[in-house]
Amino acid sequence: MIELENVGYNYGGGELLSDVSVKLAPGSFHFLTGPSGAGKTTLLKLCYGALTPTSGRVRAFNMDVQGLDRDQMAHLRRRVGVVHQDCRFLDHLPVIENIALPLIVSGKDLSQEEANLRELLNWVGLSQRADALPPELSGGERQRAALARSVILSPDVIIADEPTGNVDWEMSQRLLQLLVELNRMGKTILVATHDMALIRAAKKQVQARVLRISAKQLIQAGADL
Amino acid sequence: MSEGRLRKLIMGDAQADRVVPPSGFTAQLTLFVSGAMAFLAVFALALSLASGRLATRWADELARAATLRINAPAEQRVAQTEAALTILRQTPGVASARAFTTEEQIELLAPWFGSALPIDSLPVPQLIEVIEGDPGYDGTGLRLRLQAELPGAVLDDHTRWRAPLVDAARALRRLGAVSILLIAGATAAMITLAANAALAANAQVIEVLRLVGALDSYIAHAFVRRFTLRALGGAAVGVVLGMFGVWLMPAASNEGGFLTGLGFQGWAWGLPLLIPPLGALVAFAATTRAAKKRLGDLT
Ligand SMILES: Nc1ncnc2c1ncn2[C@@H]1O[C@H](COP(=O)(O)OP(=O)(O)OP(=O)(O)O)[C@@H](O)[C@H]1O
Ligand SMILES: [Mg+2]
Repeated sequence: MIELENVGYNYGGGELLSDVSVKLAPGSFHFLTGPSGAGKTTLLKLCYGALTPTSGRVRAFNMDVQGLDRDQMAHLRRRVGVVHQDCRFLDHLPVIENIALPLIVSGKDLSQEEANLRELLNWVGLSQRADALPPELSGGERQRAALARSVILSPDVIIADEPTGNVDWEMSQRLLQLLVELNRMGKTILVATHDMALIRAAKKQVQARVLRISAKQLIQAGADL
Repeated sequence: MSEGRLRKLIMGDAQADRVVPPSGFTAQLTLFVSGAMAFLAVFALALSLASGRLATRWADELARAATLRINAPAEQRVAQTEAALTILRQTPGVASARAFTTEEQIELLAPWFGSALPIDSLPVPQLIEVIEGDPGYDGTGLRLRLQAELPGAVLDDHTRWRAPLVDAARALRRLGAVSILLIAGATAAMITLAANAALAANAQVIEVLRLVGALDSYIAHAFVRRFTLRALGGAAVGVVLGMFGVWLMPAASNEGGFLTGLGFQGWAWGLPLLIPPLGALVAFAATTRAAKKRLGDLT
């Protein structure tokens, strides 16, 4: 699905990542971990094309991401669901429209998706909050709304950046549950987190691989963590 | 632009419209600017049309302007007329000269004396029509020569003084046209500024839209549609007010001359109605350009 080959990245202040190679196979579940500032968000952005690598190559769906023009990039974004670390909503639209935003911008007929949308809201437990504005939501509600938005176009790949960043254990378990269910439906999942307990909990339910960023390199963490 | 896109631009897509937050201030500025500019454009158009009409009318009068009157005793009239025609034909700048026939003279006098006039028995002067060429003749020189050879001939070229006025009227028409172009340019500039302000104010929104897979054309469209419709609406109001203002001007009259002629006549009342669509077109082009440029600058 997504493939990094000898990727290096540098914001201008020295190399942040170097010689990173990884392949996300269809249906796989990966965790990405590492200390804060190690470059997890950066690596995810490289995966969905928000950043272009300073060296090496990124391929997504067998296309060279660097070679895509802006319109092709927009189409790529529709095939990769992303939960951003800071959620990124349109604050003037209610939650339900924010979740439906990928449908709206890709010109889908909303009236036909109504049932899907309701079901999705129910699935993330936000039916009651559908008409609230994003700033009125709690941290956990925002994360769930972001997850709902990332899957609305039923993408093949879901990339989540700290989806359990500011929620309590119970809520993070619920979010993990949602991701596991998506993976069982055949989606490829990549989750950045530094919550080891979450990774351990996940490993009981799915075959998850753990990648760790350490000293600019990406290494496969051992089964024991 | 395909018909589908045009229809979509006008009908709009209620959902697409909502993704960009309503922006009260730039909206009102755009409305005001396009309204004011349309109002000015109506007057520039009225001025341009009126001075154009005036230039044509005056030029027309000039062209068939001069007459030569020959006051002579009946027995000398024919000879003097012949002599006058000879002089006129020799004068550079006279395109043609022709003596009016008796019938024509009766016709000319009919409004005053009735058509049953026994013109031969009256000391009515013979009239000669002088058509000026381009360049024109030297009026003073011609007068001096006539005075010397035919003391009874009077050259009446009272409308010649209007020649510089015709030039002025033509210049005024050009100024009106230039003003309309300037108004269009200023509108484009101001709408570009407003669109840039709106695009900058909504940088976050644009970023989120890009993140969820919106095409540049979709984002641009949301802004372009807004500005185009605002320009259309503002210009429509401005044109209505401007036309009302022109309509209030007194009708053209001979005494009033130029000033009272400032208005539209007949089909020309339809011309200002073109201003709103043209204003919308200007806004469409300006916003499309601004959005393309700004979105192209993003990564
Ligand atoms: N746009 C940017 N310009 C310059 N430096 C940046 C930029 N974004 C991130 N960085 C730097 O790159 C490094 C890696 O950032 P990144 O966000 O990838 O870390 P992270 O692993 O996601 O951290 P966290 O766990 O806190 O989210 C940090 O030192 C950060 O300051
Ligand atoms: Mg991060």
